[in-house]
Amino acid sequence: MLRRLAAVVAGEAIALLARFLTAPRAIWSGVAPEAGQRVYFANHTSHGDFVLLWTVLPPALRAATRPVAAADYWLQSGLRRFIGRDVFDAVLIDRRPEMRTEDPVAQMVAALDAGASLMLFPEGRRNDGTAPLLPLKSGLFHLASARPGIDLVPVWIGNLDKVLPRGRMVPLPLACTVTFGAPIRLAAGEARDAFLARARAALLAIAEVQT
Amino acid sequence: MSGDASLFALFTGVFLLLALATLAAEALAERRPGPVTANLRARVAAWWVMVVLLGLAFVFGRTGVVLLFALVSFAALREFLTLIVRSPADHHALVASFFVVLPLQYLLVWADWYGLYSVLIPVHAFLFLPVVSALRGGPRGFLGRVAETQWALMICVYCISHVPALLYLEIPGFEGRGVLLVAWLIFTVQFSDVMQYVWGKLAGRRPMAPALSPAKTWEGFLGGVGTATVAGALLWWLTPFGPLPAGLLALMVTVMGALGGLVLSAVKRDRGVKDWGHLIGGHGGVLDRLDSVIFAAPLFFHVVRYLWSLR
Repeated sequence: MLRRLAAVVAGEAIALLARFLTAPRAIWSGVAPEAGQRVYFANHTSHGDFVLLWTVLPPALRAATRPVAAADYWLQSGLRRFIGRDVFDAVLIDRRPEMRTEDPVAQMVAALDAGASLMLFPEGRRNDGTAPLLPLKSGLFHLASARPGIDLVPVWIGNLDKVLPRGRMVPLPLACTVTFGAPIRLAAGEARDAFLARARAALLAIAEVQT
Repeated sequence: MSGDASLFALFTGVFLLLALATLAAEALAERRPGPVTANLRARVAAWWVMVVLLGLAFVFGRTGVVLLFALVSFAALREFLTLIVRSPADHHALVASFFVVLPLQYLLVWADWYGLYSVLIPVHAFLFLPVVSALRGGPRGFLGRVAETQWALMICVYCISHVPALLYLEIPGFEGRGVLLVAWLIFTVQFSDVMQYVWGKLAGRRPMAPALSPAKTWEGFLGGVGTATVAGALLWWLTPFGPLPAGLLALMVTVMGALGGLVLSAVKRDRGVKDWGHLIGGHGGVLDRLDSVIFAAPLFFHVVRYLWSLR
């Protein structure tokens, strides 16, 4: 009970800090901020990505949305465990195939079947380079194949890479945008590479929308 | 009238004006629905919030006003750097601007250390921040980068900090009423902005600087500055000045304010944006609303300090 309360307070504090540093603006260009089960898939340039996405979601959506994050990072210390598990209720997957006890796609499907929406970063790792977007991993395809009826909403997080460049400890306050594009779904019989190319194009298309 | 009674009278007047503006905006929006009247409604709604915030800061006295403008500076700097920042090599210098220079400037204003806060950014930050950038990063575009950082600090922190600094001027017969000086300055300059908008919409024909801003016209400029100068003079009872000096000072701050709007429009135009940000519904960013105050405040501070204050 006390842990639950601490998690709610910590969550609000983290959201307030995110707002203070980045004054995030949500641009719902392809979809409305309405309830309904979704998989948000976004570009990944910073540790703060899912925090910002989580911050701009309206409270009702936020409560039902779980980030998919790396277990090897979020289980490392007590504080990270508290933030990852209690505050954000993350679906923790292991990125190292040799260490896995559970299949990541099965974990995500289980979360969807329990009624949650998901936040997913299909590049699989942080993009530190100059290319706007890395190639997408196949996890998004496998998830879409397992549950083809769910809307996949592309989300572009803009400017956050400049707030906290690689290797820096103190964030630089800059205005950020979170743009939500039109949802896509896996078409019947669509091949993996064609689907991933379409998802990638959907992300790059909304990267252009923001002002 | 005592200081509190004067302030109460001013705020009552402003609330009446806003109530009228709200009624007018609602009526217009009903008669002619569209983006222009929707924006007008959003602008008026934002005015209510801004006036209430300023009133709350006044309730908490000097500390409240210093804190409010420190936060305003923070938001303004965040907007400014969002438009200019490019090199990761400047990360440390920019972080220092936010978390060292900005708080220090307002701490010095709060502690009334005039000798240091008036040179902190133009001298010390000016010399020190380029050193940080030079040590951390390459020479590529160096002069442009450090000049932009300095300009951002001057506009967003140094100039804005002169608004709360007004509270500390020691004017004989005006002790403990510095808040009225802040209220008079902000009212006069912002009223000029509003009246420039109104005159421009009603009678604007000849553009002042078409390359910078299509919305700014000579009719709007003259009408707005003229109306606000008269208003500033009529509000002389808030200030330590007589009606004539109040009118002259109002003319000075409203002209400076209009010029500030032009200068910051030039920056926006160069960066290809219409507004500085999205923080204030209908108005744009903090800098869109404060551009006039930024240019008026330091000049007003120094003229009053030189001609009326003891120090």
